[in-house]
Amino acid sequence: MTLIVRDVVLPLADFTLEVSATFSRGTTALYGPSGAGKTTLLELIAGIRKPRSGFIGMDERVVVDENTFVPPRHRRVGYVPQDDALFPHLSVRQNVFYGGEANGDDVIKVLEIEPLLDRSVRKLSGGERKRVALARALVTRPDVLLLDEPLSGVDLALRDRVLEYLVRVRDELPVPTIYVTHHMQEVEAICEEIVVLERGRVVEQRTIG
Amino acid sequence: MSSEELQILGLTLRTAALSTLLILPPALATAWVLARYRWRGKSLIETLVALPLVMPPVATGLILLEILGRRGPVGGWLHRTFGVDIVFTWRAVVAAMMVMSFPLLVRAARVAFEEVNPRLEQIARTLGASSARVFVTITLPLAARGIISGMLLAFARAIGEFGATILVAGNIPGRTSTLSLAIYNLVQLGRDREAFRLLGIAVVIAFIAVWTAEAFLRRTNDAHRA
Repeated sequence: MTLIVRDVVLPLADFTLEVSATFSRGTTALYGPSGAGKTTLLELIAGIRKPRSGFIGMDERVVVDENTFVPPRHRRVGYVPQDDALFPHLSVRQNVFYGGEANGDDVIKVLEIEPLLDRSVRKLSGGERKRVALARALVTRPDVLLLDEPLSGVDLALRDRVLEYLVRVRDELPVPTIYVTHHMQEVEAICEEIVVLERGRVVEQRTIG
Repeated sequence: MSSEELQILGLTLRTAALSTLLILPPALATAWVLARYRWRGKSLIETLVALPLVMPPVATGLILLEILGRRGPVGGWLHRTFGVDIVFTWRAVVAAMMVMSFPLLVRAARVAFEEVNPRLEQIARTLGASSARVFVTITLPLAARGIISGMLLAFARAIGEFGATILVAGNIPGRTSTLSLAIYNLVQLGRDREAFRLLGIAVVIAFIAVWTAEAFLRRTNDAHRA
């Protein structure tokens, strides 16, 4: 799967986001300082926001252009926002299977969710919340996975463990992934490519390693 | 309680409950639109919705009398088409209660909807849920306590309704005489002891409704903090 973002324009408070970038298989870091527009770009790809103009395509599928706006529910995008956004009134099981159960068994195995399934999401630790949010997004078999700073809000001591899970997901459930972060160590640990965003523009794109 | 008191209490509770159920769908729809959308002229709708809260209830009753009377646009149509009369029947009691308590329910439901993190609705959509499913499975359950609390307040307000009711439903003992109207009647007739008995009942109902509503809201706040 190749995700193409071409000339996507959206005016923001401080600057205008203007992005062209191509994300192909593997995990691509979307790297840059806070406020560079990383989350906004994810929201544009997920369909939560509408660009003023531009093109977004997934392989042959046009998702956004002059005449097209595919709503989020038909985009096949797995989005894990920074704050997890777990549904607080539902159990872990209901959260994980909210979008269906196409990929359920594999996801539960890889992320070791089984022992958490019957718990209330209110009783999860930061790291467990991340895993559940990740599982919920992956269960729908998305064409692309969007991770917004998946290690933020996780205790320092637990970060390595969550990172291990992310590596397992990358290796065992290959989904093209955009990984938003502003930590170079995370980029080096998990990503194959890096796209650097500054004030709404891509200033660099290269492979890592 | 005497049989007369039971009859008054029964009529009051039945009409107030029916009024609260009837305003629920339109109040939720209005609250949701006000909480989630912005458009030109929105403040006009907000003001119109809130109007019965601040207008003299008697004036609201007069408007209802004009609209629902046999010569009014709605009342006339109902009379010709279904042979149903509104004014000076229990239906007018319900109509007056509905108009007077609608703003309270809209206000409470709107706050409840606004407290639901839009992020959760967005994520549900990316997981493939339709707008209707998002509303039923995410928005409504998360706003439920606020909405129930609003329903209790609307119910309490309906029970206390007087000014609009007396105009549009009259004060017909045994037919349209609710708790508030009956108290007024008894005082007019100098039957103060009986008036005070009804007053006691009214206080108990109001106390239970408000106390329960507050309890629901407290639990919502605790849940949001968790």
